[in-house]
Amino acid sequence: MADTTIVQPKEAAIKFGKKERKLITDPLDDNNPITVQVLGICSALAVTTGMKNALVMAVAVIFVLVFSNVITSLLRKQIPKQVRMIVQLVIIAALVTIVELTLKAIAFDSYKQLSVFIGLIITNCIIMGRLEAFAMANKPWESALDGLGNGFGYGIILIIVAFFREFFGKGELMGAKIIGGTSDYLLDTSSIAWLGWYENNNLMVLFPSAMFVIAVLIWAHRAWNPKLVDVS
Amino acid sequence: MQNNNSVIGFILALTFVVALILALLQNGLKPIHDKNEALYSKKATLAAVADHIDGDFNKINNDQIQDIFDSQIKQMVLNSEGSVVESAELESLGVKGGMAENLDLTREQKKKPEDRLLPLYVYTKSDGSKYYIVYTRGKGLWDEIWGNIALEEDLKTLAGVSFDHKAETPGLGAEIKDNKEFKAQFIGKKIYDDNGNYTSVYVRKGGAKDPVHEVDGISGATITADGVTEMLQRGLKAYEPYLKTIKS
Repeated sequence: MADTTIVQPKEAAIKFGKKERKLITDPLDDNNPITVQVLGICSALAVTTGMKNALVMAVAVIFVLVFSNVITSLLRKQIPKQVRMIVQLVIIAALVTIVELTLKAIAFDSYKQLSVFIGLIITNCIIMGRLEAFAMANKPWESALDGLGNGFGYGIILIIVAFFREFFGKGELMGAKIIGGTSDYLLDTSSIAWLGWYENNNLMVLFPSAMFVIAVLIWAHRAWNPKLVDVS
Repeated sequence: MQNNNSVIGFILALTFVVALILALLQNGLKPIHDKNEALYSKKATLAAVADHIDGDFNKINNDQIQDIFDSQIKQMVLNSEGSVVESAELESLGVKGGMAENLDLTREQKKKPEDRLLPLYVYTKSDGSKYYIVYTRGKGLWDEIWGNIALEEDLKTLAGVSFDHKAETPGLGAEIKDNKEFKAQFIGKKIYDDNGNYTSVYVRKGGAKDPVHEVDGISGATITADGVTEMLQRGLKAYEPYLKTIKS
């Protein structure tokens, strides 16, 4: 082929300038996958009943996102255009299976609780979206940063939602009992007169509450960052 | 656009590499997976007698679980007529080591009730009292539910339960596993009435009416709770022939 004979200028080594920094910070705020792009909502509803699960899920997604971005970026000149989606899916599915097998070996309890949702990372549109939109057109280092940024942007929202749901739903954080009506909680509301009315709200554990919490987060994010407000 | 041959070549190479990596990983981790699965079900079995275990059951580690299983648990397999199946016979049926813990309970559930093999664990507490832990499986709202039920030495009183499920709704049906208060209600309930008739334990929607044979249901989880009632009713009954032999 013709293009292989052209001597390419040596690619600049790994650098971390302003542009690279933006790749990480942008998805955390201006371009957050959940609150701005509204992607990956499905898993954000499902795994946010507890912070521990949200944390495991966030780590799993960051892993899959970074590595699938890098692998796709490395192969981007070889991947035949006609089948690029299939190739991307194979890469994602392979990485997700690796995550699943590893979790089953080292964190069996989390594996049991997350069950089907680990497998469903394959269908998380954030990952496919980043591969199509970024990794297919950029170098591996930038792609890795992009994956990291988007993974963090996704993970941080997951953990915030899980914080509210676990705290107000079960009175727990990371499984530790914080506030509730019996003596095994850190703050026993039944022993404090002015807090005796407090009871953990089971609705927060159910799926609808994830909708409420995410909606409030989106609103708060827009109120805080006026750039996101749609003027039209 | 590339020609078809190079596309097919690329796909084949990719598939080969991915399949190789995953197969190696799966095979390499298999022993750890099996160990984890076994410990998980052992922990579920012991959870039925959680109140009678030395130390805090919430902080128990894998070595302690294995220890208790080795020293304080006697396991056996029963047939539906109530006699103990010898381990040699079990091994010929494909149960590894002839041990109850290696029984494939999903497969047993698919058999006819009269062909089913039942695992039974006898736990001896440090003060010498015995607990009989039986296993039962039924249907919840979405998929299977199962449980370990511990009976006191009188074989009438429940000493504790632990439930698990495949796909019940978190916060509703899944409460049978997660809600400690729900499970604690079963302790001390009787499965026979004063005349010695079998009654099982009923999960009553809207609150228990009979303090001896009923427990409160879970709001929003009526079908799962009915599944628990049905599974207890049928599951405990299946062990009756054997339990009668040790009673007399």
